[in-house]
Amino acid sequence: MIDLHWLYVLAGAVFAGFAVGSARDTSNPKRLGNALFWSLVTASLWFGDFLGDLGNGVLVLALVAVAGAHLLGRGRSESTTAEERECKSDRYGNRLFLPALIIPLTAFVGTLAFNYTPLKGLGLIDPKAVTLVLLGAGVILAQAVCLVWLRPPASAPIEDGSRLMNGVGWAAILPQMLAALGTIFAVAGVGTTIGTMAGAIIPHGSIILAVLLYAFGMVAFTMIMGNAFAAFPVMAAAIGVPILIRADGGNPAVIGAVGMLAGFCGTLMTPMAANFNIVPAALLELKSQYAVIRAQVPTALVLLAANIAILYVAGFHL
Amino acid sequence: MNYLPLLGIALVVLGFALRFNPLLVVAASAIATGLLAGIPFLKVLATLGHGFNENRYVSIIWIVLPVIGLLERYGLQERARTLIANMKRATAGRLLLVYLALRQVLSSLGLTSVMGHPQTVRPLLAPMAVAAAEKQHGELDDQTAERVKAMAAATDNVGLFFGEDIFIAIASILLIQGSLASFGIQLTPFQLSVWAIPTAICAFLIHGTRLLLLDRSLGKP
Repeated sequence: MIDLHWLYVLAGAVFAGFAVGSARDTSNPKRLGNALFWSLVTASLWFGDFLGDLGNGVLVLALVAVAGAHLLGRGRSESTTAEERECKSDRYGNRLFLPALIIPLTAFVGTLAFNYTPLKGLGLIDPKAVTLVLLGAGVILAQAVCLVWLRPPASAPIEDGSRLMNGVGWAAILPQMLAALGTIFAVAGVGTTIGTMAGAIIPHGSIILAVLLYAFGMVAFTMIMGNAFAAFPVMAAAIGVPILIRADGGNPAVIGAVGMLAGFCGTLMTPMAANFNIVPAALLELKSQYAVIRAQVPTALVLLAANIAILYVAGFHL
Repeated sequence: MNYLPLLGIALVVLGFALRFNPLLVVAASAIATGLLAGIPFLKVLATLGHGFNENRYVSIIWIVLPVIGLLERYGLQERARTLIANMKRATAGRLLLVYLALRQVLSSLGLTSVMGHPQTVRPLLAPMAVAAAEKQHGELDDQTAERVKAMAAATDNVGLFFGEDIFIAIASILLIQGSLASFGIQLTPFQLSVWAIPTAICAFLIHGTRLLLLDRSLGKP
């Protein structure tokens, strides 16, 4: 069965390519630091299951040391000149979009095929890993099409891939690191402590105040933890279930669904949700790493007000 | 109740505010939180390593970069710009509005990874949005171009977040169902996902309005 481990092998190979590409990029004064960093990521992907928890912990410290000591740099941001690209772009025309669209199309067709045909029952792909397996399949297919059609120099995919990867830099593993922080928070009981504190300051008898506390609690806790998934069970246990559903008689489906969506408004406003907010800023080469968050805050605040209104009206008056 | 581990959160906030390297901040906070909770250092380190290893799937997305980089070498971004420049009625706001609708609809069908920052925003959406804005307002200064690109990334996020919960088999809906079930409140995923629809409509109206306003504000100095 194709499961996550196949993808770790594939991703490890890609990161090994980034390490080699970085080491060869003489336009980057810190190229060896980059090569070391991506080698460590490769080691994690390939050998993580054999290192043991403590070994992985040491690996994490090594990654942090390389990033924290500012050993990562970036080289030239372009592999070709603007004129060369214009010229090639005119030559290949709109067909250039086709390989780029192979990745989303494979995900689209593959998901439909997996869910609505007997494919699911064959046990060929681990159902938990379907999305990522299809992503991997799309990437391999698109890469093959590019190599056959465009006939680039053999070093080009590695060179161009590491060029983009070094543009993102250490931010690439920040989301994974934050997930590891979430594990520590859970073990240390941070969630239950905050839930108890929120539950202790709850006002009695005022539905609107309880709704406000629930919604703002979801937003605040989501902003701290970086995702609404960690916040929801805590806020549901502290306010959602005992106060809003049990004591005040709110509609449980509304309290549950819209409470989570209020948390998503928090996700739009926090650097802790790195894969949505910090990584894209690096990927788009924006000067401020908070530019994406700034663009989202007005939408998030107005939408939060809308969610509070929905919670109050649909939860208690419909 | 041990309140000391909460200092770990304060450490994160402080570290981000003082602009230390975020990886360093997160690792320091993780270790401090564990120690303050009374867990021995080696156990904290092992928990951190375990959490990091279990979440490797988060970093798999980067395997798309070699393809995207290769296509950029052959002028993909330039092609995206040319395509938009030839569309008479295209503006940055309208383009992003169409993307928002598409992202919400596809996410609501469970097709969340069809689009995304590395797959579609960097190679296609951001250069197209900048090209559309330039067609309308002439060459953009750095700051304005940055605003348009940031809005492209923001639009992808808004479309994803406020579309995906309409799909019944998405992780967050299953989490809500499971959390409430542990209190003896039984709901079906369908009952929950229906209540994601009002917020999805509000998100489209709110963010969509901002996108159309973007076109006007770009023209002003």
